[in-house]
Order: sequence, then C-alpha cells, then structure tokens
Amino acid sequence: MSVDAATVKRIGRLARIRIEESEVTAYQDELNAILGFVEQLSEVDVAGVEPMTSVTPMVLRRRDDVVTDGGYPEKIVANAPLSEDNFFMVPKVVE
Amino acid sequence: MTDLTKLSLSAARKGMEDKDFTAVELTGAYIDAIETANPKLNAYVSVTPEQALEMARASDAKLAAGNAGPLEGIPLGIKDLFATKGVHTQAASHILDGFKPEYESTVTANLWRDGAVMLGKLNMDEFAMGSSNETSYYGPVISPFRAEGSNANLVPGGSSGGSASAVAAWLCAGATATDTGGSIRQPAAFTGTVGIKPTYGRCSRWGTVAFASSLDQAGPIARTVEDAALMMTSMSGYDAKDSTSVELAVPDFAAAVERGVKGLVIGVPREYRMDGMPAEIEKLWQQGLDWLRAEGATVKDISLPHTKYALPAYYIVAPAEASSNLARYDGVKFGLRVSGKDITDMYELTRAAGFGREVKRRIMIGTYVLSAGYFDAYYVQAQKVRTLIKKDFEDAFNAGVDAILTPATPSAAFGIGDEAMAADPVKMYLNDVFTVTVNMAGLPGIAVPAGKDGQGLPLGLQLIGKPFDEETLFAAARVIERSADMDFSPKRWW
Repeated sequence: MSVDAATVKRIGRLARIRIEESEVTAYQDELNAILGFVEQLSEVDVAGVEPMTSVTPMVLRRRDDVVTDGGYPEKIVANAPLSEDNFFMVPKVVE
Repeated sequence: MTDLTKLSLSAARKGMEDKDFTAVELTGAYIDAIETANPKLNAYVSVTPEQALEMARASDAKLAAGNAGPLEGIPLGIKDLFATKGVHTQAASHILDGFKPEYESTVTANLWRDGAVMLGKLNMDEFAMGSSNETSYYGPVISPFRAEGSNANLVPGGSSGGSASAVAAWLCAGATATDTGGSIRQPAAFTGTVGIKPTYGRCSRWGTVAFASSLDQAGPIARTVEDAALMMTSMSGYDAKDSTSVELAVPDFAAAVERGVKGLVIGVPREYRMDGMPAEIEKLWQQGLDWLRAEGATVKDISLPHTKYALPAYYIVAPAEASSNLARYDGVKFGLRVSGKDITDMYELTRAAGFGREVKRRIMIGTYVLSAGYFDAYYVQAQKVRTLIKKDFEDAFNAGVDAILTPATPSAAFGIGDEAMAADPVKMYLNDVFTVTVNMAGLPGIAVPAGKDGQGLPLGLQLIGKPFDEETLFAAARVIERSADMDFSPKRWW
C-alpha cells in the first residue's frame, strides 16, 4: 500500500498538523518509504495468533472509584498559554 | 587533588562517608565541568546549579547526622523527558515551550528520596524519537569520542544522547534515560557506558513524558555495571500511579553484580548474525561468548525466528501509540500556542510549528495506520507479530536459556549529519535492529562496553534476560566488563 498526495493532506488534517503544499511531496516519499519497509509484515502467518494487548501477563489494576486528588485548579492552568479565572482560554468554538 | 568527577558512584559515596570531601564539593566539581564542556557537547539543555548546591548541602547535613540515603550526595543528570517540579521539562521539543511541571516524576522522586542531587536536564531526541540525538529542538548532542586522528564530531546515539554524552564526559556521576526501542542501550554502546532497560513494569512511567506507552521504560546510564545497578535499585519500584507498574519487591541489584555466570546457559540467536555485519562486530560477539565460557557459562545456539519482523512491527506500534499520546499537545493546556483564525487552525498551526520533522513524520504514520480501513491490516497485524516475537523468547527461556548475548548495535558511532541516514529514515531506524526486539517483548536488556573498533571507538554487547531477572544481566555484564578490562574513557578535546 502507498499513499498519494491527497492522503498525505488527509492524514495531516486527521493529525491536526498543517502540511503546506510545498511539503506534501517530501512527506509522501518518506511515508511511502516507511510503509514499504513495514510491508514485509504481511508475509507472516498469524493464523490463530492473538494480538498482544499486554506485554506482561497482568490484569490491569483497578482502584476504588473515589476522589483521591485535586482541588488545585491554579496548578492545573499554571502552564497554560492563556487562562482566566482558572479556565483554559481557547478561540470561540460556538457561534 | 583527585578529580572528583572521575570517581565511580560507589567511590564517591564512600569518599563522602569517609569525609574525604563533601557533597557540596563533589557537586561543585560537576558544575564546573559542565560549565567548561557543555558549550562544546550540548549535553545539558538546562543546568540547575543553585538547586544542585542546595540539595548537596542537605546531603551533607544528612551525612553528618548519620542518616544518609544509598545515593546521598551523588550528582545526577536527568533526561528532559522526566517531569521535574519547577524545572525545564520539554522532551527537547519546541511544543512544550516554557513548560515547568507542578509535579515530580516517580523515578526522579525515588532518586531524591535516596539522596541524589540533580545537576540539570539532559538533551535528547525530540520526544525520544531518534537514534542520533539530532532531532532535538536544542540541536544535536556531540559525543565526547572522536575517531583516532580525526576532528570530526560524532553522534552519541539516541534518544538518550545527552545522558550518554554527559556520563562519558564526566558531566554527571550517572544519568536517567528512557528506552522505547533502544534509546538507552544504543547510546550507551556508542559512548563506552553501561545502560540497562529493565523489564516493562519495573519502573513507574508516571511523570515521564509518554512516547509509546506499551514500550517505554526508564533506566540508568552509568560508567560501570555496579553504578548502573545502584541507580537501578533506587529508580525501580511499584507505583499505584502507573497501572502497568508491577507489584514486585525490588532486589538489591548491586548485590548481584559479582555473582558470576558459573552454570548459566547463554543463548546465541542465529538470526542476529545479519548479512553484511562488520567483521569487528562479529569478532566482539565471539569474544564476549569466550569470556562468559571462561567463567563457567555454557553457550547454546538458539533461534528467534521472528527477529526480522520486530523493527517493522515497531514502526507501526510505536508511531500509533505516539500519535495518540502526542494528541495532548494542542496549544491549550501547556507549552506553545500559535494563534489561528479558529480553534482547528490554532491546533494545526501550533502542532506544525511545535513539532520537529521526525516527530511529525511518526505522528503521520501512526495516524495513518490507525485510520479507518487500515487498522486491521497494519496495527492488528503488528500486534499479532508482536505476540510471536515474545513467544520466540519464551521458547528460548523455556528451553533452559538464562540470558541471551547479542551485539548492541550494528556499528560504532557515526558522524553528525550522516547523509545516508538523513536521506533515508529507514536506514536510521536500522540502528535499533538488535535492541527493538527486547522492547517488543517487554524484556530487560543491558548494554555493556566490550571492545573498540579499528578507529578506537567503543563497541558494546547486549545481554537480554528473562522478565524481572535484571540480576542475571548485571552479573553477566560485570563478567564482560571485568574480562574486557579496557579503558573506555574518551580522550579529552573539549
């Protein structure tokens, strides 16, 4: 499988990374080189093989559904590029 | 007076205990060394001398009071991937511009609990994506090693290139590092240092900037096997804040270092004998086996049939997880923001400006393989192959193998700006061909310096162990270290 220019732009959109028109060809070549490299996986016989979900044999631990942390909104927004009254500020999303 | 920066971790610890020098003096010696060397090597992205001296003074007080921790007063460098409260934490990326966390990673908190002193934050490949430390927003790290008769700058390897360079050049007594596909072991091999990636789950990932969550593990880079073991003991341990951290007692790893290899079965996987492998790597590997045999180990040929598929499977799994993990960098909660005409525009412009080329490339691949219509063909297939890779190792261990010996890298360090690697991302990825299998199977792996190439550059061997059997790796690595009996320190030019 290989990607065309339109697919590169679509992936950029999905990944929320602006791809300039001048960059499309280079990305297309690089992505196709990597996809060409991983293509060999299709030759592996995986009949009856389960996909890995956990590299160590363990059941994901659960904890009690209780509040154990929080109460410091000023710390949460301390690194925000823009905040007001302990809220993150973003451009208007609803007209 | 002896140069305090050249002491091993245990010698430095003893020197302070015996009052030969203070923690403040030791820290001061490292701060001076960093000041001289860092403009040339670019190993640190942020140096914190005031904080270091404050921690050293606290260590001196504890040493005087007789309640010193196991790493009391030991000055360490911390990879920029670990969250350190109030201190530069950017994963060497522009997108985390100005980020100073309000919290401390569990691994670094464990080190401070045991008395260690933080000298500053170490350079790395951006978001740990790279094998040469050339993808950092802060520019490449330079290796303290140069080929004999050459002034050309070499890479220290990556992604923990700052850690490796700083440890080899005596700019810290040891360093934290992380390994997703080889990022501890490959730079350790390039710089004549010791680096261990422990079993997945041994170290908490809490507070470590995530790259590929099912593969990432923290570990130390140090100048000796014993130093690495001392750091590993402090860094490890169960943490309720990481649901994949394993609830197992942490052994005293240093106690295992001199255990020897008598009676151990060392596996030699035939699939690691690559076409076109340099003769000196082949020779080093045989030498390593001879050393282990001479100390009473048995060598056994084994087969790990899915080895060649580990790297391609990695280049699906790791970018897929990265594309998900790095979705959080959107210009809203922390770091860089580039304004746009609406919120989507802001996201796209922020991420285009904030991520470097290699990171963008990997997010794009990850997004593609997870997108509708491709998920089964790529991602599910890769995770099935991963199951087979892990089974290869299980079969070997079930057949009586205690540890596996392989080369650590296909070559010694290469030059900064290597044109062939810059032109073809896959060529750069091949640096991790011997190490990436270990991450895919969640196993522990250690790189130990074992010889030099024709140009005097360090070469390393890798030992791969059973899950949670890092002790055997320390013991076997120590045999190699002792048998090689070589000086792996760089000739000072900086």
